[in-house]
Order: sequence, then C-alpha cells, then structure tokens
Amino acid sequence: MNSDSLKRKLLLMIPLTFLVTACATTQDHLLDMNTSQVQLRSIQSRAFDTTDKEKTMRAIIATLQDLGFMLDRADYTLGVVTASKARADSVQMQVYASLRITVTVRPRGEKQLLVRASAEYLRNPVTEARPYQNFFNSLEKAMFLEAHQVD
Amino acid sequence: MSLRFGCAALAALLLMTGCYAVTLDRDLNLTPEMFAQRQVQTRRFDTTDEKKILATCSALLQDTGFTIDESDSQLGLLIASKERDASDPVQWALFLTAGIFLGVPIPPDKDQVMKAFVTTRPVGAEGRQVAVRVVFERTVFDTEQRLKKIEPLNDPNMYRGFFEKLSKALFLEAHEF
Repeated sequence: MNSDSLKRKLLLMIPLTFLVTACATTQDHLLDMNTSQVQLRSIQSRAFDTTDKEKTMRAIIATLQDLGFMLDRADYTLGVVTASKARADSVQMQVYASLRITVTVRPRGEKQLLVRASAEYLRNPVTEARPYQNFFNSLEKAMFLEAHQVD
Repeated sequence: MSLRFGCAALAALLLMTGCYAVTLDRDLNLTPEMFAQRQVQTRRFDTTDEKKILATCSALLQDTGFTIDESDSQLGLLIASKERDASDPVQWALFLTAGIFLGVPIPPDKDQVMKAFVTTRPVGAEGRQVAVRVVFERTVFDTEQRLKKIEPLNDPNMYRGFFEKLSKALFLEAHEF
C-alpha cells in the first residue's frame, strides 16, 4: 500500500467518524445518558406528607383522568401508573402527538410518600421542569396536600 | 382573486401544519373545560359497595360489546376497548363527489377503536357514596388504514345513556356530581 492511497483512505475516514459520532446510538437512547440523573430525578419528584399509598395512587389516576389521559397500566403492589394522551385530527390539520407518562409511588422515610413522574413527548424524554411542575400542581389539588420539592 | 385565495390557503396550511394536537404547555394543566367534562362524565350512587359498582360497570361494558383490557379493583379502575365500523354515508358521498368531479380523493373513515376508562372512588361523609366516572375516546382510520383522528367523545348523551344503564343494573339512582 503506497502512502497516497493511505492518505486518501484516511481522508475518507474523517467525515465518516463525524457521521458516526453525530448520531446517538441505541445505547444512548436506551439509557438516555445526556442529562444529569440526579437533576432530572429532582425535577420529576415530589414528596407528600401521607403514607396512604392507595389514596395517593387514586389521586394520581383521577388527576390523569381529569387531564384527559387514557390509562395504559396500573399496579398497586409496584405503585406504578402509566397513562398516555394521544390526539390527532387530519381534518382540522392537527398533527398526531402523544404524551406518555409513568408515575410511581414509594415510601420516603416513615411519614412521607415520594411520587415520581417521567414523561415522554414526540419520541423524546421530557427533561424540562415546567411540565412536571404543572402536573404536580394538578395533583396537589386532587390530593388536598402540598407537594414538597426534594433534593 | 384566485391568486389571493391560493396564497391565503397556502399561508393557512403552513400555519396549521405546525400545530400538534397535544402540547407539553397545554396538556398537563387543569382547565375549566376539564372540570366541566368531569361533571358530565361523573355520577354518584348511594352505596358503600365500591367493588359491586365496579363489577356492574364491567358487566355493562361487556354487554355493550367492550373487551376489558386492564382492571384493578383495589384502585377502582377499568379500561375497555372495542373495534367497530366507522363508515359515514355523508363522507362516502363527499368522497365520491370530490373524486368524480374534482379528481381529489378524500378517503372516508372506515375503522375505529373505541376506548372506555372507568374509575370509581368512595366520596361523601365517611365514604357513604361511590362516584363513578367514565371517559370515552376513539381512534379513527380511513379506507387507506391511515390514522385520521384520535378524539375524546364529548357528547353528553353518550354519558347519560351509560349512566342510565348502570343505574338500572344497580337498582340505584344516579346523582349528578
């Protein structure tokens, strides 16, 4: 192999490397490692001063129903609720969009429950604080309890 | 005139195509319309037996052709669905007319998946009553099997009909919420 053809191959390699690094791999998507996990967990979680898991889960389901979500799955033992809201109307030119949310409930210490919500919208994880804030504002009203920010 | 109309139509099209049917800003906030919907979709029954109400709801859904997809009696919920024909004679007439005279095919609705989401919860002083809420929505596909719409069913008559049947099956009066 002469040095010219080697150079040409190397030159070809450069744009290829760019292409490869620019695309997020399946593994990146699977474990979504772009945001700081700690920060995200804090955005997505709130503590409530109650130990009544059933009441809390019922309030979560009622809130989701109020918000127009359709329930996909609920498991009391695991404390998991998954719901989605999908809408589309080709006549009114409203493009299909789907918002999916999983809410989990687990004990936090002796006197509190930790509620964590994680949502995905348009095939992406929701990492902004605002939508979660809105969800917890809605949930507070159904719980008749204040949602405490946790670190 | 026609040019102006064309431009306006194009502008409107461009504006509308960017419009998602669900947004993060809008869809996690409670609005007065949502409370109004809750009113239409909820009734109270004078009983303490939540499980019996839930079982009657599931029997009623089965009677009306639904298949139960998910249920949890501890949390008081039922999710059911059914697939039905969605053909609409008006749409077919429009499709044929537009196709023959304008050469523009507008595929009419063909199939739909209807979903029901029922929740029950004890309400009132010492849980002397049970509130039942049902929400219906449907997904419609056209003759090309393309998704045409996903919409909540908001006609109060549908809900009135459901609760009338439930009330009869329970031998209990349904109170407006």
